[in-house]
Amino acid sequence: MLPELGHFALILALLLAAVQTFFGIAGPHFGRERWIAAVRPAVAGQFVMVATAFGCLMASFITLDFSVRYVAENSNSALPIIYRISAVWGAHEGSLLLWILLLAAWTLAVAFGLSRLPEKFGARVLGVLGFVSVGFLLFTLATSNPFLRLNPAVPDGRDLNPLLQDPALAYHPPMLYMGYVGFAVAFAFACAAMLEGRMDQAWARWTRPWTTAAWCFLSMGIALGSWWAYYELGWGGYWFWDPVENASFMPWLAGTALIHSLAVTDKRGLFKSWTLLLAIIAFSLSLLGTFLVRSGVITSVHSFAADPARGVFILTFLVIIIGGALSLYAWRAPLLKSQAGFEFGSREMFLLFNNILLVVALAVVLGGTLAPLIVETLGMPTLSVGTPYFEPSFLTPILPLLALVAFGIVASWKRGRLAAHKRPLLVTFGVSLVLGLALAFGVYSGATVLTPVGFTLGLWIILTSLLDPVDRWRRKLTLSRSIVGMTIAHLGLAMAVIGITAVESFTQERDIALAQGESATFGRYEVRFDKLADVEGPNYGGVRGEFNVLYDGRPLMTLHPEKRNYWVQRSVQTEAGIGSHRGTNILIALGEDLQGGKWSVRVQLRPLVNYVWLAAFVMALGGFIAATDKRYRTVKSEATEPAPGTAGGVLEGKAG
Amino acid sequence: MTPTRRRRLILVLGILAGVGIAGALALTAFQKNVMFFFDPSAVAAGEVKQGQRFRLGGMVSKGSVQRVPGTLEVHFTVTDFKHELPVTYTGILPDLFREGQGVVAHGRLNENGVFVADEVLAKHDENYMPPEVAHSLKKNEQPAAREGS
Amino acid sequence: MNKFIIPLIAFALLVVVLAVGVKHSPENTIVPSALVGHPAPEFNLPELLEPGTTVSSSELKGKPYVINVWATWCVTCRIEHPVLVQLKQLGQVPIIGINWRDEDDLARQWLAEFGNPYTHVPVDKEGRAIIDLGVTGAPETFLVNSKGIIVHRHVGALSLEAWKKDFEPLIRADLGTAANAAGSAAPGPT
Repeated sequence: MLPELGHFALILALLLAAVQTFFGIAGPHFGRERWIAAVRPAVAGQFVMVATAFGCLMASFITLDFSVRYVAENSNSALPIIYRISAVWGAHEGSLLLWILLLAAWTLAVAFGLSRLPEKFGARVLGVLGFVSVGFLLFTLATSNPFLRLNPAVPDGRDLNPLLQDPALAYHPPMLYMGYVGFAVAFAFACAAMLEGRMDQAWARWTRPWTTAAWCFLSMGIALGSWWAYYELGWGGYWFWDPVENASFMPWLAGTALIHSLAVTDKRGLFKSWTLLLAIIAFSLSLLGTFLVRSGVITSVHSFAADPARGVFILTFLVIIIGGALSLYAWRAPLLKSQAGFEFGSREMFLLFNNILLVVALAVVLGGTLAPLIVETLGMPTLSVGTPYFEPSFLTPILPLLALVAFGIVASWKRGRLAAHKRPLLVTFGVSLVLGLALAFGVYSGATVLTPVGFTLGLWIILTSLLDPVDRWRRKLTLSRSIVGMTIAHLGLAMAVIGITAVESFTQERDIALAQGESATFGRYEVRFDKLADVEGPNYGGVRGEFNVLYDGRPLMTLHPEKRNYWVQRSVQTEAGIGSHRGTNILIALGEDLQGGKWSVRVQLRPLVNYVWLAAFVMALGGFIAATDKRYRTVKSEATEPAPGTAGGVLEGKAG
Repeated sequence: MTPTRRRRLILVLGILAGVGIAGALALTAFQKNVMFFFDPSAVAAGEVKQGQRFRLGGMVSKGSVQRVPGTLEVHFTVTDFKHELPVTYTGILPDLFREGQGVVAHGRLNENGVFVADEVLAKHDENYMPPEVAHSLKKNEQPAAREGS
Repeated sequence: MNKFIIPLIAFALLVVVLAVGVKHSPENTIVPSALVGHPAPEFNLPELLEPGTTVSSSELKGKPYVINVWATWCVTCRIEHPVLVQLKQLGQVPIIGINWRDEDDLARQWLAEFGNPYTHVPVDKEGRAIIDLGVTGAPETFLVNSKGIIVHRHVGALSLEAWKKDFEPLIRADLGTAANAAGSAAPGPT
């Protein structure tokens, strides 16, 4: 009964989403207040229905109802209960349902939440969100229904892909989708502004916290995915420039640009049409990511089982929603004019550079991701683009960007009085340079040219970020959450820069053949293969090695890498043994039996890699703090708190 | 020209130059590092330049996998059912590497016509068939180990 | 010219690329088996169920039969398996289950555990018959008519719906013509 109930709830959700779309867009257009009043109940109803459907699917998993095809394909009676729950979003159909659930939740938060929007504008936002929801519900019902029955039921399911039987994978998709879907809110705000034909600083102030929140979730989602790839794929990389990783990274880059451009629109009423465009682009890239992952157009380790019918559907949906938004943009954006200007050396200028460089970086990643496809379109031979392309091309815009962060932080709005900040900039740079060189050549060995550059830039960002807060703190001035949040986020960025520099410069990795009792040395570390034993889990069997790691000859830790054999899926799985010592991650993975008592073993020492993932969470923390600043909660329709020197900035579209 | 305008002009020109440089660098990196895909037949037909790094795809021939005992060196041949190409690789093979299954390897040909792989690709999914391999095999009307969809 | 239209144009170009991508997507290019309409290839393979004996395609001639390609490493086959067991109970045509690139013990264990829908299980370790059949993956199912011609091919898991829609009419037609050709009075559908 439950699957049918879930299916029925999804159909009702589709109807309610259609109602929400129609009344939300037509109501304000024709000025019908009763239509507008119907929007919020539809939002609530849609959320209840989607949550019901999701609950039904989860119940089918928990009770192991193998008469449901999706359950049979992704679960097994030997699967531990926590993975039965995360298996709900372990494959295409269920993850799509999760997408829809999160969209419904964001919509609910916009409708009943936090920022009090004007009736008409709010209705338009909800209408646009409803439209996105209609698209995804139709997609699910037409091509990817998770509630299809299997007749007759199978006695047992074929189990969840062993790679997904992992705690990080339980959290990674929800976080990532929270980010993707969160950008739908910024997108809806942009579309509503264009429909209304006006966009003022209040608009930017409403949009900012939502965008920042979405960006925070996306940051954490990407970090969790990277962490999972590091230890679960067993081979110890943390970023592969894989198309699917890029698909999540591109909206992040666009979202980062959007956050900064929104700040300018909020504070100074500038960059208006550009901000709108970025809001559209950020969400478009989220949709593009969905398309790339699920259509089979581009292959990757992460892609879902491909189905061209789905590809055609998503592509059509992309054309309607992004094509529609961009047409609206081409029509309405010319009406937006920024009245204020800014001087050379002002913060606006540095944020403009920030945006340009981020968009260039985005273009580099997009180009590399789509290149195989474009080349195929032109009928040329199949090619692949990898790290050797992405690394130098991505660093070209990113290094100047990092160098400019310090200037942007100390520069003031509007006025280009950079000369006044010369001293702190020079002093902090000098200190960073000395510390950076010391770190690069003193603490570790094997530095490359970029090592001191990375360390210096990271340290410089830390020092300049702290200048203003420390100054305010010493003068006993209040620190707003915006400033605290921004500072923490920039510290997170610096942490990531320093971490990535250390990992890229000082990683040691080797594949070796070891017999039990033998050992291998890596600088001051020594890895000894002590023994190998059989191991048995709930749904797998395998072997488990015992390795002792020594530092300067003293025992440090014991690691237990495993080679698992999952019975139902009949697949072999490498579980790495990972330990940490003084910020350096030591990863040991068992390869295969080389006969003669020897095993192939991968040993990897990655310094500071944990800080790269942690950095994403620090950035997210900063973002969340900034998003809860009280200035976002008290916004009225017109800008009530004009920044000094703001030239109005209300823009006359056709609405009067 | 007022100083403000001149500064603005310098700014715009600076941005254009910067974007241009970034674009040029990206294109160079792209041209230098892009890898093309070849199957053993294409290699046999001499389509691969000496020393060129490329992606080799096909099926691991049955019974061809041989290890050099006690080391990480492994030899196997990759076939597209028309031609076979010997491959040597030193390192850990991916979990899903099996005889009779599709494989993609990155590397170069040495002077003896042996493909020296520096990377053998692992994929998450047992159902996975590298698409280039599937394509190439279908072109040759040979079976590929694709499971039903 | 309105510069704000540039993003739309860029997007249109992107859509063209993606559309071609969808069309060219490898999963989209299921090669129609060249063999539909042609005689089923000959094979002579060891029998899994009775070790030491072989199954040959010549034994099967004269009646329609189904060839199903399966393996224990194929998870979709497992989803499909109950459907085959049901088809066996219907008893319309014999099902020949070619066991592809598998281990005999595992295959026997599978049949013991989930039921055996097959009349014969030829073992194709090297995939020779599979190549002859033009199989691109498991499971895959072929219908061979009484004249030994392949009349239908089904890629992926078989369902009862697909069976009723695609296989049954062909079987009925074939049995009808076969009966007529034999001059019997069997009331075949006309």
